[in-house]
Amino acid sequence: MPALLEIDNLQVAVKGRPILKGVSLKIQKGEIHALMGPNGSGKSTLSYAVMGHPRYELMDGKILIEGKDVTGLPPFERARLGIFLGFQYPMALPGVSVANFIRTAMKSVKGAEAGIRDFRKTLREKMSLLDMDEKFATRYVNDGFSGGEKKRLEILQMACLNPRLAILDETDSGLDIDALRVVASGIMKTAGPENGILLVTHYQRILDYVKPHFVHVFKDGRIVESGGPEMALELEKKGYAWLEGKALASELAS
Amino acid sequence: MNPSTQAAAGIKTGYQYGFHDEEMLVFKSRKGLDERVVEQISHMKGEPSWMRDKRLEAYRIFKSKPMPAWGDTAFLNAIDFDDIYYYLKPTEKTEGRWEDVPESIKNTFEKIGIPEAERKFLAGVTAQYDSEAVYHRINEDLKKQGVIFTDMDTGLKEYPDVVKRYFGTVIPSTDNKFAALNTAVWSGGSFVYIPKGAQVAMPLQAYFRINAQKAGQFERTLIIAEEGSKVHYIEGCTAPTYAADSLHSAVVELIAMPGSHIRYTTIQNWSNNVYNLVTKRAIAREDAIVEWVDGNLGSKLTMKYPAVYLVGKGARGDILSCALAGEGQHQDAGAKLIFAAPHTSGTIISKSISKDGGRASYRGLVKVHSQAHDVKVNVRCDALLLDEKSRSDTYPTMEIDSKRVRVEHEASVSKIGEEQLFYLMSRGLKEQEAVTMIVNGFFDQFARELPLEYSVELNRLIQLEMEGSVG
Repeated sequence: MPALLEIDNLQVAVKGRPILKGVSLKIQKGEIHALMGPNGSGKSTLSYAVMGHPRYELMDGKILIEGKDVTGLPPFERARLGIFLGFQYPMALPGVSVANFIRTAMKSVKGAEAGIRDFRKTLREKMSLLDMDEKFATRYVNDGFSGGEKKRLEILQMACLNPRLAILDETDSGLDIDALRVVASGIMKTAGPENGILLVTHYQRILDYVKPHFVHVFKDGRIVESGGPEMALELEKKGYAWLEGKALASELAS
Repeated sequence: MNPSTQAAAGIKTGYQYGFHDEEMLVFKSRKGLDERVVEQISHMKGEPSWMRDKRLEAYRIFKSKPMPAWGDTAFLNAIDFDDIYYYLKPTEKTEGRWEDVPESIKNTFEKIGIPEAERKFLAGVTAQYDSEAVYHRINEDLKKQGVIFTDMDTGLKEYPDVVKRYFGTVIPSTDNKFAALNTAVWSGGSFVYIPKGAQVAMPLQAYFRINAQKAGQFERTLIIAEEGSKVHYIEGCTAPTYAADSLHSAVVELIAMPGSHIRYTTIQNWSNNVYNLVTKRAIAREDAIVEWVDGNLGSKLTMKYPAVYLVGKGARGDILSCALAGEGQHQDAGAKLIFAAPHTSGTIISKSISKDGGRASYRGLVKVHSQAHDVKVNVRCDALLLDEKSRSDTYPTMEIDSKRVRVEHEASVSKIGEEQLFYLMSRGLKEQEAVTMIVNGFFDQFARELPLEYSVELNRLIQLEMEGSVG
């Protein structure tokens, strides 16, 4: 069985400047991976590149979804193959209601439109799981939302789209502890034997609620260390500074 | 142009309503305009002499007035007034029953969905086919309430006193060149009279359509809402695509008596060779409310600034307009609020989108006369540009001659950002679908004000407009 996600020696540049310098990563069905690293290390670039953002130029390497090479595909086709990106800074869509947005997304990703009644039922269920008021559905997407509301909406979309691979880019940032719990439980409800999750985060605290099977440490465009859940705690104790040496070593090795 | 190239042109421009029926006209005036043509029109219609004189006077005013020196003068000066038919009469008499409407005309209506719309919720219909109404029916409930809803020609025949009393009182012939032209050659349009206290629950609707090549369409609409009455009038326009330019120059006069409420909704989708030069104005008396909801999707050049003159204490005027300007199009649209009484208020909301080199202009006037105090007015203009070659301009004019006036003005110009598109595309939408969703969202505030069928149609029209506009 091919891996759910396989990233092979991915090298990506933005306006000619290399950001990802050879990233390789495999995620199998049922696995939760955490990708940790300091700000500016290229974590978000990796997330965007896997989703297919046009600004990120592919210099080398491959991205495979269940063995299918998606490297050249536009974002909407990747979405239709089951990739989901939870944005760190989701965009506002004035005049587009949450319900309309999610229904259109579900139709686009799944290729078939759910009846309006079924859709409303699904949406209501998922919203109550995330402790969201029903009025939320009629608001315009991210328009005047608080940071916490934006993140909840990302998780709500994930819950409705039920992607095979969810990449959550700093979904925990800017959340108070209650919101963090709600968001984390939403993530755990989506996780299952058929799905994979890549949790991109700067902090260890969300990992108290979402237990990863693997932790990768990202530094200067590379994964410099991989290990089990215990590594997150180690990072928390020692800080990212202890990675300096490892990054250098990995650069020299390549 | 032979029929097959016409069909090809329709496909090429992607204009959905680019079909046309064979012309079957009983009478067609010759091209061009002079006093004889004006007299002939009046004679054909069997009008009273005062109307003939009004037409002739208006014709002289039209001749003497120069072309406006503002707006899109390049487009305006390209109009060849000698190359236009000013009057067409498709059938001998106004039809009262759908069964009696000629088959070819029914076919045209079928294509733009009139019978369905009618079955669904029409309270009454006058459908303007070329220059005269051919089908007209009034719901029994309306009759019982004493509501008059008819085409303007019938209105003049059956209610000459009411027409004589109000015709041209809101927009006199001297107002502007095109109002004068309309007054000289008007044909069709609606005449609506709502008696004191009558509440018309269902919207009154009229469809307008230009069919004959080079047909000028000069409909004239007059709505009078007596004290405490309420009415919503809807006009939706589609026109077939033709190679020759067509001129549409309407005049719409609204009279809102004390405590009455008039809403006038337009969705206009002229094919993009039509000059759409319309004068729309309302008088709002004490505590009256007038709302213009005005959507401009098609045409080559639209110049239209619905106005409310607030002449009675406590009157309110709300104007909501949206415009979509595509390739080769200029939407010069806006609004006017004239405050001439105390404790009056009003809002202007303008939403425009420019794409494929199209140009959208907001041109607005807010004037507060010295006798008007405690006035509140709010103006908001939002423009969305879909590409670098398109253009958006704002020409807001404020003349405040009074104290105790609260004026708020906000304007924004935005572009669809790469990040917004990526966000939507990461949710499975193709680029064009993403753009359409953003555009529909931009117009949402407008669409919400429309009856459901119309907002669905608006969404569909926008979708059609967006197809092929994203590379």
